[in-house]
Amino acid sequence: MSAEAGSALRFILNDEDVSLTALKATETLLDYLRLTKRLRGSKEGCAEGDCGACTVLVGRLKGGGLVYESVNACICFVGSLHGTHVVTIEHLSAADGPLHPVQQAMVDHHGSQCGFCTPGIVMSLYGLWMQNPHPGAAETERALQGNLCRCTGYAPILKAANAISSYSAVERDRLVAERAAIMARLKALDDGVSVDIGEGKDRLFVPGSVDELAEFYAAHPEGTLVSGATDVGLWVTKFMRDIGPMIYIGHLKGLHGIEEAGGALKLGAGVTYSEAGAAIARHFPQLTELWDRIGGAQVRNVGTIGANIANGSPIGDTPPPLIVLGASITLRKGGERREVKLKDYFVAYGKQDRQKGEFVESVSIPYLPAGEHLACYKITKRKDEDISALCGAFRLFVTDDGNVGMARIAFGGMAATPKRARAVEAALVGKPWTSATVEAAIAAFATDYQPISDMRASAEYRLLAAQNLLRRFHLETIGEGQRLKRAVA
Amino acid sequence: MNRMEVVSGAGGRLHTSTPHDSAAKQVAGRADYVDDLVEPEGTLHAYLGLSSKAHAGIVSLDLEAVRKAPGVVGVLTAADIPGENDISSVHKHDEPVLAETVVKYWGQPIFAVIAVDRETARRATKLAKIEYAELPHVTDVAAALADGGKLVTEPLKLERGDVEAGLKSSERRLTGRVTIGGQEHFYLESQVALAIPGEDDEMLIQTSTQHPTEIQVMVAQVLGIPHAAVTVNMRRMGGGFGGKETQGNLFAVIAALAARRTGHAVKIRPDRDDDFSITGKRHDFVVDYDLGYNGDGKIQAVKATFAARAGFSADLSGPVTDRALFHCDNAYWYPSVRVNSLPLFTNTVSNTAFRGFGGPQGVIAAERWIEDVAYALGKDPLEIRKANFYGTDSNNITPYHQEVEDNIIHRVVDELEHSSEYQKRRAQILAFNKTNPILRKGIALTPVKFGISFTATWHNQAGALVHVYRDGSVHLSHGGTEMGQGLHIKVAQVVAEAFGVPLDSVKVTASNTGKVPNTSATAASSGTDLNGMAALNAAEQIKARMHAHAARIYEVEPKDVHWEFGGIRAGKQLVEFGELATSCWMNRVQLSAAGFYSTPKIHWDRASGRGHPFYYFAYGAAAAEVTIDTLTGEYQIDRADVLEDVGRSLNPAIDVGQVEGGFIQGAGWLTTEELVWDDKGQLRTHAPSTYKIPLASDVPPAFNVKLADWSVNKEPAIGRSKAVGEPPICLAVSVVEALSMAVASVADYRIAPRLDMPVTPERVLMGVERMRKGAA
Repeated sequence: MSAEAGSALRFILNDEDVSLTALKATETLLDYLRLTKRLRGSKEGCAEGDCGACTVLVGRLKGGGLVYESVNACICFVGSLHGTHVVTIEHLSAADGPLHPVQQAMVDHHGSQCGFCTPGIVMSLYGLWMQNPHPGAAETERALQGNLCRCTGYAPILKAANAISSYSAVERDRLVAERAAIMARLKALDDGVSVDIGEGKDRLFVPGSVDELAEFYAAHPEGTLVSGATDVGLWVTKFMRDIGPMIYIGHLKGLHGIEEAGGALKLGAGVTYSEAGAAIARHFPQLTELWDRIGGAQVRNVGTIGANIANGSPIGDTPPPLIVLGASITLRKGGERREVKLKDYFVAYGKQDRQKGEFVESVSIPYLPAGEHLACYKITKRKDEDISALCGAFRLFVTDDGNVGMARIAFGGMAATPKRARAVEAALVGKPWTSATVEAAIAAFATDYQPISDMRASAEYRLLAAQNLLRRFHLETIGEGQRLKRAVA
Repeated sequence: MNRMEVVSGAGGRLHTSTPHDSAAKQVAGRADYVDDLVEPEGTLHAYLGLSSKAHAGIVSLDLEAVRKAPGVVGVLTAADIPGENDISSVHKHDEPVLAETVVKYWGQPIFAVIAVDRETARRATKLAKIEYAELPHVTDVAAALADGGKLVTEPLKLERGDVEAGLKSSERRLTGRVTIGGQEHFYLESQVALAIPGEDDEMLIQTSTQHPTEIQVMVAQVLGIPHAAVTVNMRRMGGGFGGKETQGNLFAVIAALAARRTGHAVKIRPDRDDDFSITGKRHDFVVDYDLGYNGDGKIQAVKATFAARAGFSADLSGPVTDRALFHCDNAYWYPSVRVNSLPLFTNTVSNTAFRGFGGPQGVIAAERWIEDVAYALGKDPLEIRKANFYGTDSNNITPYHQEVEDNIIHRVVDELEHSSEYQKRRAQILAFNKTNPILRKGIALTPVKFGISFTATWHNQAGALVHVYRDGSVHLSHGGTEMGQGLHIKVAQVVAEAFGVPLDSVKVTASNTGKVPNTSATAASSGTDLNGMAALNAAEQIKARMHAHAARIYEVEPKDVHWEFGGIRAGKQLVEFGELATSCWMNRVQLSAAGFYSTPKIHWDRASGRGHPFYYFAYGAAAAEVTIDTLTGEYQIDRADVLEDVGRSLNPAIDVGQVEGGFIQGAGWLTTEELVWDDKGQLRTHAPSTYKIPLASDVPPAFNVKLADWSVNKEPAIGRSKAVGEPPICLAVSVVEALSMAVASVADYRIAPRLDMPVTPERVLMGVERMRKGAA
């Protein structure tokens, strides 16, 4: 361990340099802001990362730059903030000064009523504005997928978002103007030295490198690995579970690699959905719609593909497409590494092929061979920021004589794990790729899946929708598909 | 008089768009909600321990481990209540603060922990050992009816004409059932209360409530002290929607009990999941109906039963189910009608007020009846609507025997039909559906008529307190509460206009039971109507004194004193408002007044089902267009056009905000917001991860909301405006009916799809399946 006694977690909060030598591992940023710092502009609406009332911006050094992204403070552990710049609503304007352009636009367009969601909405719009000063309706909606407003019906907020740049140029914004200085301060914090605070279940360990992580986790397999905390955060805020020692890994550069050469897209386990977005769009354009519907922006900014897999949830959104694409993961324990096909990783509900002290280091997704069909469909009660009732991925190859040469189908939400539809696949392979074959194969879904009824959907609906998705996939491959497409205002 | 000229050009005048008074603070995170207030030194925190059974006897309650947990200061059970263990808002003694021997719903509070901080208190609740003896439970309307149909309060019957004869003589009959789901308020700020003990028996409560007086009454009742010992202060809520009309009582009394016990200030704020489990929701209804109608589409007779899931106690289920009946005519005249309510006991959280208060469920039933008739006759439902509208001079008596005197529904619907290009678009949609196998479209235009007033006549009163200070600034306090709806800015505009001063001269202050007593809930869309008039009354009293004083001191006839913007003109002399205020003070003229208002004209006899319960009606209409995916049931709202009657708007921007927000909130209720209880009686949709309210991407890309700017309230309501809070919820019925049309297209519109609500993607797909089977 390179951590020295008296190691400190250091970050910048608005203007202030923060250095914490004592910290409960499970302390959330929202509690820290509201209770310790008495910064009460950020609100708690749900404490599970779904409403966005607590949205703050977190600036991180990435790829030689400084990127500010929206984050839900309620499920963000303070322990994840080493070397970052945390910006809260209080940073945007002084009590005796003019409002920030985002704020003034919201006032002028009547974008607040009760006002409780408003600070979070302002922060999400601010994050968007810095990245895209002239967003279209679709971009604004995407940036607000993680923000609930119960009063306004959003119409005035969308108008405000459209008007921000008419108040001021983004170049004149404080965070933009001060970028170099903040970067210099963050670089000074980025010393590659691990942070180790507290003991036992209250212990927080922030390794300085992947090797340190491997060494520590092998020695402390009882610990909990945390990256985006979009699920683990709820273990703490909702279930009041002890998760220590907590090992934060989201910052490790060694887990953020995106390699596009060599016939496969290789993503480090710490790559967030947002970071992977461009590469996914380049190599798997069939997955971009799914990608934009995973959580809200705040979740995609911290949630990682590696953790989505490692977590083993039956309703994770990335496993179905990754399974049909034949993805594999690299598991590491100490210095040992092994490769596992993703389809073999999910053993049973809550059980994965992962040993104590072993962690997912990377995911490798082979590119789709030319001529093959791929589609992924996510079905939810509400279109955005909703957990899948079911999520289906289809991959198929049609031979020159019109027969199905290969079919791979996998679903989430249909079984206790993300699962292949082997019987359906078997009913398709070798047959002509026609609607008659599809109709003949439909019955096999009931062999593959016996879904449950719960608050998201009934078993009957899940099965019927899954069958219809095969029909949709077929229609799309023969150019007769139709999908809902949101008109742009 | 330069200043007068300057200010006369200032914004904020009555009937103009002015931002919400707290907007600048809200966008900056500087608007304080209860949990943001600076806590008194030594503030403790309380947390509730909840039942994990839907219905059970409490065999034993062992709280030893809770008491011994580090940081725990004390534990409260029913035995620790010095006054009454009851917070029934209708005084039926059916709603204990803390359960004693029996729990009647999953999530019912049994004890409270007081600790040094919230997390300690919350964690300690999990250490309780509770032994239950389970009893049978009923969670929904069907189970309640099967179990004998026990009611929580007296049902209501409305009857006019001979319905049996009407049914018999009609050319056609149809019967049916529609299920309308409930709705969680999902105010973004959860329930919260801070109690600060004072000397003697005094108690100050800071809480997020629509009804400070009721908090005061309940705290007094539970502590066993006079109302006068309790002061409730309420600056703003982070949303209410009816969910903070009675549902805050529990939290306020727990904080007060804990504060009394410990001598410390005590705060309580439930986690969102617990808030969902503990607090009531919009009532879900099952409506069974029997209709008689003629071949021309005119309804002749309506017989229906409105059964509602009331939950374990009466709460407001009586007036809510009453209002459902009051609105089951919507905008339609029924020659004969008999409707009954059934507020059913269930082992679920006690359902409560929610924006519309049963009215929207009544409206939905009416629109379903119209739709059924239209499909039976193969006609556009809009045609059937028009055929059944109330007349203006005849055919205008409601099922409760009130005459509709201000009917403007014809003009509202005609204008919207034209401005939304309904007919042209409907033809395009019919053509689209012929050629598209997978995606189908629907369009519907639905009207709304909504009765304005509390049906409990005594609630239709309000008070206000206005002070003018020597510098001409004005302090305004009234009995209404601000939950985001813009009540304070509207009332401030009324007062500023009355005095002829700039809006920023009027300081709106927190609602406080010490300043304005015996208030009604800010509810029933009545906040501005009641409190605006009370504040105006206070201002007029002060003005009258200032007026008389000006005549005296400037030695002119009172008729020669004229109020202008910024001051008065006394003869030829111009006097600034502040200067006149100073002069009044120097001459010992009182510059403070308590205002009062009670709504005229209204009366209601519940036993006979007759009266004039509503002062006036607010009207509106919406046209929605949707597209559905017949493979998955997913859908989107493509466009919505709304025309809403708010009379002469006091603040058009605020009113449009209410209409837009109400439409989307209503659309959420009727589409994606689904409450699911499991077979053990536990609510499974208890957080935003499982309960889905609309997002920005659910708003129709084309969303055209207009106010009927030609409308003027026939009654002398404040500024001739009309209420706006609740009626827009009902506009969202258009979305349901548009979905219906899209589904019906699968069977060539020959079968009424009869979609139950909420119309989730699952219900759309299952509807499509029914159509496919029916058409085959």
